[in-house]
Order: sequence, then C-alpha cells, then structure tokens
Amino acid sequence: MDQFPLIVRKDRKPIRYLVVDDSVFARKNVAKMVESFGGEIVGEAGDGCTAITEYDRTTPDMVLMDITMPQMEGIEAAERIVRAHPDARIVMVSSVGYQENIVAALQKGARHFVQKPVKAEILYEVIKYVMGDDAVIAAAAVQGVNP
Amino acid sequence: MKMELIQPFINAADAVLGETLQCPTRIGDVTMEEEAYRRKGVASLVTIKGDIEGRIIFDIDPPTAARVASYLAGSPVSADQDVAQETVCELANMVIGSAVTSLNDQGFRFKIFPPSAHSAEEGEKSSEDQEALVMCFDTDNGHVFMNIAMRYNRRRRDDRRPHV
Repeated sequence: MDQFPLIVRKDRKPIRYLVVDDSVFARKNVAKMVESFGGEIVGEAGDGCTAITEYDRTTPDMVLMDITMPQMEGIEAAERIVRAHPDARIVMVSSVGYQENIVAALQKGARHFVQKPVKAEILYEVIKYVMGDDAVIAAAAVQGVNP
Repeated sequence: MKMELIQPFINAADAVLGETLQCPTRIGDVTMEEEAYRRKGVASLVTIKGDIEGRIIFDIDPPTAARVASYLAGSPVSADQDVAQETVCELANMVIGSAVTSLNDQGFRFKIFPPSAHSAEEGEKSSEDQEALVMCFDTDNGHVFMNIAMRYNRRRRDDRRPHV
C-alpha cells in the first residue's frame, strides 16, 4: 500500500472512524487503509441498525458507510444518524455508484461518496476534504502549521 | 440475452478484477448454459429486481479462491475458510455493483440485493424467458466465472409504454 502523510485531528489525536459494511472483508480492507493514514477504528457494524447504535456509543469523527446492506441500508442509516447528530460526517462507500444513489445519499446528509473498489489515494483525499479545518496533516501539525 | 445487458458485466469484471488483483484479465470462454448450473467452487449469488430481473452467480474454483483471498488478505488463506467466501462475496459485490451502475446510467432502474454465499451444487435450469450466460475471466491467479441469468421485466417495460 502507498504511504500517505498521516492525517490527524486538529487536537493532534487520531481521527476516530466507524466502519459500516456487511462484508467483513470490506471492513477490514477499509480499516487497513484508514489506519495507514493514522486513523483509529473505534467501531464496526454490519448493517444500518447496528451502525446507529455504534454511532451513539462511539461518537466517531467520521463514518465510512456501505449502501447495500441487510436489515437497514446505508442511506437510511445515514439519514437517521444525521437527524440525531447534525454534525455527523458520513462518507458513503459503495460499489453501486449511480447518480440517483449518490444524490439520495447526499440529500440525506452524507458528506461524500467513494466508489468501490476503494482506492487509497481517493479515500485519503475525501477524508481530508470532509474533515476540512478539523484535521491537519501530521507533518504540518508537528510544525504547528495548518495545511 | 441482449449484448446491452452483458457488456457492462464484462467491462466491470475486467476493471474490478484488474484493479483488485493488480493483474491483467482476459475474457475466456463465453457459453450459453442450457442445463442447470453446476457450481465450480466458492460462489456468491446476487439478486437484481426492477426493470431487469434475475441473478448473477460469481464463482471461483477453490485453488483460485484461496490464491485471490490470500493475495487480498495478505496472509495464507485456504478455500474452506470463511475469509475466502467473504472475498468472493465482496468481489461479486464490486463487479456487479459497477455493472448495475453502468446499466442504471443507460436508464434501467432496479435494486441490487447484498451478495450471499451460494452453496447449492446446482442452480435452476435456464428457461426460454431467462437464459443463463457463463463467462470465464482468465487472471494471473486463475479462472473466475460469472453466470448471468437476467430478463427484462415485461410488466415494467409495458408500464413505460405511452398510453394512447
């Protein structure tokens, strides 16, 4: 996997992620990527219902959420999380990337969309974009300079 | 089955397998399956409902499934381990998700269901209404098979016709 400059929260602590996907394989794959960016996995969920309870339990900085899942799909889970936590940062990660799906997810409060298979460089840029001023690149953070 | 339905799956398999396995892929044999489909190894089934309905079986022979899962997991995996089945399900999800994205962009509307492990040795026979096409993709890790049985949903197609 390519090396990326670590991206951390403004307070220099690791960004805390909740990874939601019905595929254990996909969760591990995404988790491996975000850990290589300096992030910390604080929770995992295999469906939308569990994602909501895990969000309440862990209050992560960012949720990486699949769309097609059993019981409750990702878009509905995103909507419910954002309704309860308007500041929630949710990035949809799905193999089904047609426009209606993306628009629906964004309308329900998701901040961005990443299509599978996930490319590390794209996920990294999306995380940086969605975190905005609440994150810094670790090298810059050490020097006390915002990126 | 019309080429407009098949081509997105060929393109998606080529792109996803190439990207995920980091190797070139070649399309091998393409056959119409008249008899009941016999599973070749570790398989995953995805159901589609909407303007187009049917199912796709993504099937990898055991040695290839073990090699692919080991490559993606970064450690040795045998074909009978859950992680091999998980890998095949996720590959199916990515290939089929990419293909239905393309079909959706062509105007077809449907819902894709999460992949499930397909453990039956045989599937149902094809019918006149729903032929099955089996495609083989050759990769550096071995052969990957995709069995596609889909049909246009007549009721929905009729619904779309203008009433005069």
